Amino acid sequence: MKVTIDGQSIEVEPGTTILQAARMIGGEVVPPAMCYYSKLKGSGGKCRCCLVEVAKGSEADPRPMPKLMASCVTGCMDGMEVNSKSSPRVQEARKSVTEFLLINHPLDCPVCDQAGECDLQNLSFEHGKSESRFIEEKRTFEPEDIGPNIQLHMNRCILCYRCVMVADQLTDDRVHGVMDRGDHSNISTCISKAVDNEFSGNMIDVCPVGALTDKTFRFKSRVWFSKPYNAHRDCPTCSGKTTVWMFGDEIQRVTGRKDEYHEVDEFICNGCRFDHKDLRDWTIEGPRAFEKDSVINQNKYNRKLQKVEIATEETILKGRETDRKKISMAQIPLTQEDIMNQKSLGNNG
Amino acid sequence: MSIESISLSGRKKLVSNKEMTFWERMYLVAIIKGLIITIQHLFTRKVTIQYPEQVRKMSPVYRGQHMLKRDEQGRENCTACGLCALSCPAEAITMKAEERKADEKHLYREEKYASIYEINMLRCIFCGLCEEACPKDAIYLTTSKVLVPASYEREDFIFGKDKLVMPLEMAIQNAQLKNAN
Repeated sequence: MKVTIDGQSIEVEPGTTILQAARMIGGEVVPPAMCYYSKLKGSGGKCRCCLVEVAKGSEADPRPMPKLMASCVTGCMDGMEVNSKSSPRVQEARKSVTEFLLINHPLDCPVCDQAGECDLQNLSFEHGKSESRFIEEKRTFEPEDIGPNIQLHMNRCILCYRCVMVADQLTDDRVHGVMDRGDHSNISTCISKAVDNEFSGNMIDVCPVGALTDKTFRFKSRVWFSKPYNAHRDCPTCSGKTTVWMFGDEIQRVTGRKDEYHEVDEFICNGCRFDHKDLRDWTIEGPRAFEKDSVINQNKYNRKLQKVEIATEETILKGRETDRKKISMAQIPLTQEDIMNQKSLGNNG
Repeated sequence: MSIESISLSGRKKLVSNKEMTFWERMYLVAIIKGLIITIQHLFTRKVTIQYPEQVRKMSPVYRGQHMLKRDEQGRENCTACGLCALSCPAEAITMKAEERKADEKHLYREEKYASIYEINMLRCIFCGLCEEACPKDAIYLTTSKVLVPASYEREDFIFGKDKLVMPLEMAIQNAQLKNAN
């Protein structure tokens, strides 16, 4: 099946969604996604950030779709033509969606540990306005303790349901979920239970905002001050392939390896994430690269340092040596060898 | 007119090597001419000032030593977000964050605060980018005329929170002024 997104065509398998096709093309055309997560079944369709305009339904039915479609849950058709970033309608819609998502989001980025690797920050930077029109009071929740490892900030939640899906699909019993409805809906354990499943830590990685953060890393550092390295260890429960965030010789935080869409390659277990903060536990593979414009690249040197050797330096020194020998200086008496060399130089020249 | 005598730049000056006359060799005229120039300068405006006694007027955009602000209730504004350190071109700022305890609510405005905040004054170039980056209006460069006092030890130039945070009396005064207005 052939799909055209923003003028770029690609051949895809039947059953591929527009978002997946756009990610195959890559670059500017990829719609932002807050709730869709390719590793989680059934995710997507909630945040409406990935709205695209379908200008031509398919080869068989070339009529355009009247409304903007959520690209993460809309399947591709043969000959479909989609406008993503190039359409002003889509731009306008994404701007509005961003504004809606930010309505109840407390602007506490200076305090939030997710700042710097937050999807909502990126979305707002790319598509949002620089000021808020919302003057009413934001919804707030009482802080709830959900265990020793995970910190829940319900005020920051955008209700993407990713963490609920992680608990459903990765762990055998889910103890948290979305309570109440409408404006009151909130992530909570049923009656003050601790989330302590072995894979529950992945809720932190999938959370697009700072609603679920690492309690062992809480306020320790800002993401752009620590250096991320790829590391691995022999883990009996998971693959053991992680990114460790180091500050000097101290491992401050362990996360999964996230790709360019901030989705982890492999889910890791809580043992790797929270309990192994010793350098001896890990085999460091090398520094982890991030997008060129990511703030994580600031203030440090990700590239391997190499000794710089200037080719001319050596010859300059050599030249000086011969110069010194050519000019007869009273302070430096010439040896017999030098005089012989001078003579030979004079003969050649 | 020959090409040699035309001055295309208008600055062409013919130099000659002619013999000096007797009066010119005496240099009297030249010395008097020079003295006149010197005496003229006695009556022009002086460009220097007597520094320690006299002080020049500061520019309105002058930036002096940093201060970490307190709000009207005396709480520290800084939340250790690290944006000042990130924006600092000289990498002079370091900090360590800590979580506010329940009984410290009167000390710090936000949930998180800087337990250590240091500016290396030897590195700082007083560019004011930290002030610009600060989302909490916490750090600002004062118009204090004392920049950094001299010292023999390098460690003395690393200013900690003891030297940087606004004195409590100043915060009280600010609050009173605001209430009065």
